[in-house]
Amino acid sequence: MTATSASNAKTVQSESAVLPGQGGITGSLSDKFWRNPKLLLILMLTPPALWLGIIYLGSLFALLAQSFFSIDEFSGMVQYELTLKTYGELFRPANLDIIIRTVSMAAIVTFAAACVAFPIGYFAARYARGKWKALFYIGVMLPLWSSYLVKVYAWKLILAKEGILTWIFTKLHLTWLLEAWLAIPIIGGYSLSVSYTGTFLVFLYVWLPFMVLPVQAALERVPGSFIEASGDLGATPGQTFRHVIFPLALPGIVAGSIFTFSLTLGDYIIPQIVGSSRLFIGQAVYAQQGTAGNIPLAAAFTVVPIVIMGFYLWGAKRMGAFDAL
Amino acid sequence: MRSDGKQRAPWGLKLAAGLGLAFMHLPIALIFVYAFTTEDKSYQWPPPGFTLKWLEVTWNRPDVWEALKLSLQTATISTLIAMVLGTLCAAAVSRTKFFGRETISLLVILPIALPGIITGIALRSAFSIADIPFSIWTIILGHATFCVVVVYNNAVARFRRTSGSLVEASMDLGANSFQTFRHVILPNIGTALLAGGMLAFALSFDEVIVTTFTAGQQSTLPIWMLEELVRPRQRPVTNVVAMVVVLVTVLPILAAYYLTRDGDQVAGSGK
Repeated sequence: MTATSASNAKTVQSESAVLPGQGGITGSLSDKFWRNPKLLLILMLTPPALWLGIIYLGSLFALLAQSFFSIDEFSGMVQYELTLKTYGELFRPANLDIIIRTVSMAAIVTFAAACVAFPIGYFAARYARGKWKALFYIGVMLPLWSSYLVKVYAWKLILAKEGILTWIFTKLHLTWLLEAWLAIPIIGGYSLSVSYTGTFLVFLYVWLPFMVLPVQAALERVPGSFIEASGDLGATPGQTFRHVIFPLALPGIVAGSIFTFSLTLGDYIIPQIVGSSRLFIGQAVYAQQGTAGNIPLAAAFTVVPIVIMGFYLWGAKRMGAFDAL
Repeated sequence: MRSDGKQRAPWGLKLAAGLGLAFMHLPIALIFVYAFTTEDKSYQWPPPGFTLKWLEVTWNRPDVWEALKLSLQTATISTLIAMVLGTLCAAAVSRTKFFGRETISLLVILPIALPGIITGIALRSAFSIADIPFSIWTIILGHATFCVVVVYNNAVARFRRTSGSLVEASMDLGANSFQTFRHVILPNIGTALLAGGMLAFALSFDEVIVTTFTAGQQSTLPIWMLEELVRPRQRPVTNVVAMVVVLVTVLPILAAYYLTRDGDQVAGSGK
């Protein structure tokens, strides 16, 4: 009698919506997660949030805090008093020169990258199909992901005075053109590998894939019917480009320019290996924290690209560039 | 309607696109030629002759092997850490909406969005404040931080395509969370994780800017190369090492491409 009622109770229980708890540690843990999804969420978020929050943000804030200290000019020791003196030093002519040089280089590289990337992205988005499309995609991905230093090294080989570029110019009987270019003040120099032209070429080469990908993504989203409609309404190809294609591709270009601009601002290896001895922001940071031991000034220098990129991202967001990423 | 295949590209566009692609690839191809040149004092072109001698010389260089070993160790451990953290983060962000979700995704992307030199110098000054001596672990600490984003990007895209009802069905059929993870979620996101892991590996194996700040006396392969670039001593050996580095990074990239090519092309959306 009691046995039947017990078994009755059991069937009633399993027919109801609430299942019995599962056995074992994994079972009961799993039940807990199901009843309390927040617990699982917190468990999942804690490790990455701790890692990034403590290691990354922690160091970042520690660095920024140091930019408000200053260095004693006589003893070379860091004085731990809050001051804006270090930021004032950024506006010395020598330091201002570094900032202007870096920002102009970043702007020129970004513009050139957009010009070179556009045809590649346009062809890949509108005309390449099937096998060719995959080829173009890999063709951009491979240079994007291959080793940064190897890419810089390859350009050291190319730009060297005895290298392939000089050889090509000689074979084409254009040596006079190369020499005339190198004779131009500022952008010229003894050879391409120690001139701003060389620095520019390497920057352009290394960051170009970062421009191609978002430009291509933006162009893929331009419906072909828009272009045909524009042509049907009597626009010349040039007008279609100016009034239809370019405005629609602009968010993609801006998205790509975030990468090219930011990466050029912070780089210190390329101008060190290919270029003149005049410093860029990254080199100044490296020199200040290393040999000069002036951590506050180095920290203040890093604030420059952060602030510039802050404004840049703000502007880019207003142009809808983040939807194109 | 677009008439696929019938439209021909203008020759000017074809030329510009072709030249652009050539511009991106020829410099890397050049590395392969220089690895076999007989010239050892300068970067002379065309190479006066070809030889396999430098492969052997490089093979017998202990410093290259040590740098390679350190690079492989660092990349492996950083990738593993990044895979765990990135997957956890992606799972949390894509499954649920919660307060601060946007902040978390921004936090993950930040180490790669800000110039590497900032990450590097920030970590270095933090290490000196906390009195942490430089070791392989300080390098890994830096690498794992910026590798998380690559795994995260790949995993988030895959989670978005994996329907939540699959998980519910699995639970309805009596599987607990761990069984569901093992038999339903993992097979679904497996290839995306593998692709993310490979890209993270390639990223870590190649990274130099942050590493210059977080490495003490040891040198990873990129640091070794950087020293050779700044003060060339062994040009032929550097040529060979450059070629090997290209090969080592190309293979995981191609593999990652084949693993994710159906649909989500996010692999390179934020290096």
